[in-house]
Amino acid sequence: MTAAVGQQSATMAQALNRALRDAMAEDPAVHVLGEDVGALGGVFRITDGLAKEFGEDRCTDTPLAEAGILGSAVGMAMYGLRPVVEMQFDAFAYPALEQLVSHVAKMRNRTRGALPMPVTVRVPYGGGIGGVEHHSDSSEALYLATPGLQVVTPGTVADAYGLLRAAIASDDPVIFLEPKRLYWSKAAFSPEQPEPVPGIGTAVVRRPGSSATLITYGPSLPVCLEAAEAATAEGWDLEVIDLRSLMPLDEETVCASVRRTGRAVIVHEASGFGGPGGELAARIGERCFHYLQAPVLRVTGFDIPYPPPMLEKHHLPGVDRVLDAVARLQWESEWTEGSEGSGRGWPW
Amino acid sequence: MTVLEQPGSFRPSSPPPWQPRTDPAPLLPDAEPYRLLGTEAADELDPALLRRLYGQLVRGRRYNAQATALTRQGRLAVYPSSAGQEACQVAAALALEDRDWLFPSYRDTLAAVARGLDPVQALTLLRGDWHTGYDPRETRVAPLCTPLATQLPHAVGLAHAARLKGDEVVALAMVGDGGSSEGDFHEALNFAAVWRAPVVFLLQNNGFAISVPLSKQTAAPSFAHKAVGYGMPGRLVDGNDAPAVHRVLTEAVRRARTGGGPTLVEAITYRVEAHTNADDDKRYRSDAEVAAWRAHDPVALVERELTRRGLLDEDGIAAERQAAEELAADLRERMNREPLLDPMDLFTHVYAEQTSQLRAQAAQLRAELAAAEEAAAGAGAGTAAEHGVAGAGAGTAAEEGAR
Ligand SMILES: Cc1ncc(C[n+]2csc(CCOP(=O)(O)OP(=O)(O)O)c2C)c(N)n1
Ligand SMILES: [Mg+2]
Repeated sequence: MTAAVGQQSATMAQALNRALRDAMAEDPAVHVLGEDVGALGGVFRITDGLAKEFGEDRCTDTPLAEAGILGSAVGMAMYGLRPVVEMQFDAFAYPALEQLVSHVAKMRNRTRGALPMPVTVRVPYGGGIGGVEHHSDSSEALYLATPGLQVVTPGTVADAYGLLRAAIASDDPVIFLEPKRLYWSKAAFSPEQPEPVPGIGTAVVRRPGSSATLITYGPSLPVCLEAAEAATAEGWDLEVIDLRSLMPLDEETVCASVRRTGRAVIVHEASGFGGPGGELAARIGERCFHYLQAPVLRVTGFDIPYPPPMLEKHHLPGVDRVLDAVARLQWESEWTEGSEGSGRGWPW
Repeated sequence: MTVLEQPGSFRPSSPPPWQPRTDPAPLLPDAEPYRLLGTEAADELDPALLRRLYGQLVRGRRYNAQATALTRQGRLAVYPSSAGQEACQVAAALALEDRDWLFPSYRDTLAAVARGLDPVQALTLLRGDWHTGYDPRETRVAPLCTPLATQLPHAVGLAHAARLKGDEVVALAMVGDGGSSEGDFHEALNFAAVWRAPVVFLLQNNGFAISVPLSKQTAAPSFAHKAVGYGMPGRLVDGNDAPAVHRVLTEAVRRARTGGGPTLVEAITYRVEAHTNADDDKRYRSDAEVAAWRAHDPVALVERELTRRGLLDEDGIAAERQAAEELAADLRERMNREPLLDPMDLFTHVYAEQTSQLRAQAAQLRAELAAAEEAAAGAGAGTAAEHGVAGAGAGTAAEEGAR
């Protein structure tokens, strides 16, 4: 008990587990339900020990049916509970899409605010873990196309705890996307005094920089941070923004950064076509046009069904691909001290 | 392989002992749909209950007719009538206590009205006004549900939550024969049975899913038989025999309330009108079939029973019909008033707190509305000005006002 606070560390999985445990201890309305969440503690052990500590009525192994799980959660929320649903894997959340789209996302609106849906849907997502088919999807674009949902994803251990607590406390539904390949990433974390983090809807600058902005979230955050370190060798000082929350989207933090750096690369694992990057690029174009020195670029997963694990390394945005994109940000056109005013320089 | 082929070395193993998790026999529906009217048991029916059912049936029939008429007047966008199914609607409402919850589909507005919901509020969805015109928590009526069978897991979750909280609340969820083919029907019944949730599933088998008849919907002996596969009792009832439906549902509700778990009730009935006002039922069924069902009319059945037992006379019938006319007149009158919708409400209940994107979009719409209003006012002023030039009337009035 005398160990100095801040010296302890935890994996993202442990931080998520702690967040569930603290939320359940604090609020008896919080109920966890899903497949194998009881005795097993979930296939990723995120619900480890909860059934034992809070009883099977609070952490419930349900029959194996995702629509049934989420549909029941809707009814539980109607009666005043605060369900936290675990979807076992990204691609196995699809059976629940109808409940999600037609009810979870719309219930507050269709009842004029009478029936809010404080439902958290935890979805382990993304690749990079050698998962065979149907275990590595990044489906955030599906959720983002559904008004009424909040879509949140942590990229750090502290956020895993803080954002999950915020998601459970939110009176609106949250799709809580857990980057599978960061489950075992470790960082300083004190379960007794978790570091306070900004709430849902706030992006965070993870690395300040001045040459260009990398905008990312979840599993691609460490990739971008690594790329930013590597970029210093090229003389680029990259800013890295962790969105944390895709809906609501913190446009202000993004735009402030891009206006400063004049260049932006968006990085995510989900396919580029129809992906979140397109939305971000459009908004940056609409709001920062006169500050841009180069078109906004995207580094994303290819527009293909998630590949077999033996090929996934070619699909996932890696450090090199990010650096290549940074290199394509039209640096040659930059206005420099002493150059002739060509009308192509800074706009002010 | 080789081991098994060695003569004399093969000993058949036996599996660990097995027995059914539950005895299926008591779960099976009766061979015949349960009926009261026209049987000896009808004599013991409580006169007060019969009168209550009758009053609601007469009003329900009138409500259906009025709502259908409102579609012709453009006051309702669409109306899926429950004409012919009033016994199910009314019995469902009367089988519930105040604290219980009803989970209706789009066809079940009458059940909600029979429970006491204001008919205008019940019909906001179908008039094209806001989707749910009432507070579900206040009324214990869940929003009318259109995506088929998706309301069933909600009923299970709500009932489960109530049981966990120690409240003796029952949820009654309504679904059609077509809806029973959806995956959510299966999942809801399975969850309900595993959780022993206090839910009653009322399946109104009205013969059709829009145009698709039963033969293309299921190969089960009956819908009630499906209950057995989930480990809950299945009950079959004549869905046009209001006291019979009421009794079967009341029994199922009691069973649910006292911890006995869920029941699936199949009420055999018939949709005597088209699927909605937009449907043409001549394309898929014969007049003779409809006529045969019209002869087994839920309202007439109870009326006959009451008159047979001397519990209802011409005056009594007239009085009930008068009450129904009053309900219809009130509904007509209030539905004919132009509803007032605020376009800015589009953004009010998407989230508890508006996102910056929604705030920007709301500002855009507000500006558009203001501009439109200004243009309208300008147009009005222009007209007035023209009048001022054309005739002396307006000027005189203004001068009068100034004096
Ligand atoms: C998921 C879904 N698919 C299709 C429809 C379109 N639809 C509306 S009503 C209906 C028929 C439903 O039949 P049934 O369940 O028997 O109910 P009934 O209309 O007879 O009361 C269909 C296909 C729908 N509302 N929801
Ligand atoms: Mg039907």
